Amino acid sequence: MIELQHLSKRYGGGRKAQPVHALDDLCLSVPAGCLYGLLGPNGAGKTTALRILCTLLAPDGGSVQVAGIDALAQPRAVRRLLGYVAQEVALDKILTGRELLQLQGDLYHLRPADRDGRIDELTALLAMNDWIDRRCGTYSGGMRRRLDLAAGLLHRPKVLVLDEPTVGLDIESRSAIWQVLRQLRDQGTTVLLSSHYLEEVDALADRLAILEAGRVIAEGPPQQLKAALGGDRVTLRVREFSDAEEAEQVRRLLEDCQGVSRVVVNRAQGFSLNLVVDDDGVVERLRRQLAEARLPVFALSQSRPSLDDVYLQATGRTLMDAELSVAGLRDAKAERKQAMR
Amino acid sequence: MTSASPSISAAGPAPEPSALAEISQETLALCRRLFVQLLRRPSTLVAGVLQPLIWLVLFGALFSRAPEGLLPGGISYGRFLGAGVIVFTAFSGALNAGLPLMFDREFGFLNRLLVAPLRSRSSIVLASVLYITAMSLVQSLAIMATAALLGYGWPSGPGLFVVLVTLLLLVFAVTALSLGLAFALPGHIELIAVIFVANLPLLFASTALAPISFMPPWLGWLAALNPLTFAIEPIRAVYSGSFHLGDVVLNAPYGSLTAGTCLGLLAVLSAALFLSIRPLLDRKLT
Repeated sequence: MIELQHLSKRYGGGRKAQPVHALDDLCLSVPAGCLYGLLGPNGAGKTTALRILCTLLAPDGGSVQVAGIDALAQPRAVRRLLGYVAQEVALDKILTGRELLQLQGDLYHLRPADRDGRIDELTALLAMNDWIDRRCGTYSGGMRRRLDLAAGLLHRPKVLVLDEPTVGLDIESRSAIWQVLRQLRDQGTTVLLSSHYLEEVDALADRLAILEAGRVIAEGPPQQLKAALGGDRVTLRVREFSDAEEAEQVRRLLEDCQGVSRVVVNRAQGFSLNLVVDDDGVVERLRRQLAEARLPVFALSQSRPSLDDVYLQATGRTLMDAELSVAGLRDAKAERKQAMR
Repeated sequence: MTSASPSISAAGPAPEPSALAEISQETLALCRRLFVQLLRRPSTLVAGVLQPLIWLVLFGALFSRAPEGLLPGGISYGRFLGAGVIVFTAFSGALNAGLPLMFDREFGFLNRLLVAPLRSRSSIVLASVLYITAMSLVQSLAIMATAALLGYGWPSGPGLFVVLVTLLLLVFAVTALSLGLAFALPGHIELIAVIFVANLPLLFASTALAPISFMPPWLGWLAALNPLTFAIEPIRAVYSGSFHLGDVVLNAPYGSLTAGTCLGLLAVLSAALFLSIRPLLDRKLT
């Protein structure tokens, strides 16, 4: 349904700034009727890819096809097929929710009767009855998201594209949105969403792609990706709050332990250690080895591989670490400028 | 892409509705939004009427004792000022045309419009032009009514038509300028600064407050080249009684201009401005 081929996009590169490669030969193929997740840390290129897909941004190279239509050659035909729920919800706070949806309906050329019927349908579906006739300026984050989702669904798009649809939402709104997305998928709509929440993609997506530095580094159904890793995951904390030095010491100790194939220090979780182990016996051996080295054990847990481990395997760091490392580098002003026309 | 193009199979077998129907649907919807905003937040409208009213009353009073014969035709200063204030009202209203658009750019609402399959992106510009034209005319009519109450007269039927045409031409030109600025400048702070800086000097360097004969030569030249003057003088001629397109209404340092020439110049200016911002709009809206 969606074919992104060899997309590249650079930002900046003026006199002052180094160009940023937001997308670097990104290829992505989303089958029809699939709920597809785009997972990656902030700055991995998720938003850029979605903006290009929705014809808001022209790529430097590559091709975009939706339902066989070339989005670069026939943007308007593609816009009709797509519903786009952007990351930054732009509502007109003076209009009521209903007026905003009516405007949206007119922009998609729905017939007035059809438009108003559809608004009633979506109002019921997303439980917006109580506040749809209040001004958007009074809405909470969850209400704004739901209204924006309704706006994206108004013209019955074949493909729904959502950029971080549940970021910063309360649990109730989040599960309401999840439910609607599953429902849409079951009715045959292709849904593509980006997220940096592992659980969200794990719970929702039929397939997913993990993005890192503007490329796809892993792709497939979540179960398959996790199963392919093999082994068990062990998280170890010798102390509740350890430090880099101690973590490094423990890492060296455990690396030589038989049955341990990999040890990574997780800065984001108080310098805990993430281990990949071959079998159950290893954990006992670990405990013994730690006791011999007179190291305490604050916490030790064992689990099957998660999507985070898939990310870790591919990049050598956890998703949380990746988020932390870009957090200081992001330039809110430059990003706003990129989004501005 | 034309309605005859068979390649848009995804749109279904139904023929595309006519372009005119779609463009008017999207333009009206966008225009309605601007009017709803105005009605729920009427301060722009109120301020837009109040400011020129204050000009009219205070300036009229300030110069009410101006010596007889100072003004051409021996008319009172209030009557002289009326035309200037009407034009200034329309001008400053239209100068703000770009602000809503600038806020839409900044808040990302424009992206919502650009993701939609608008039949023509010009609908966004067209909606702004319709809205600001209507609003400027309402404000100007309010000022004209006040001027009438103050005893400065009310144009006759054909005169009223001339006033409307003149104001429309000016509003189109200034709206084009403001919309161009709204896309060219980085943010609303810069846009407001430009509006602020442009507003008063253009007023003072025109014949709104005093005739050219009253000005030092350099200012006279500026006033004679100022598009506001081309709008003020025909309206002033209407207010002073007899009006013919062929009458000389402005004695500029470079020659005499008839009312018809003034209107022609305004029309050319409007067209030129819309043509010159087109490439910018095309770039920003595709």
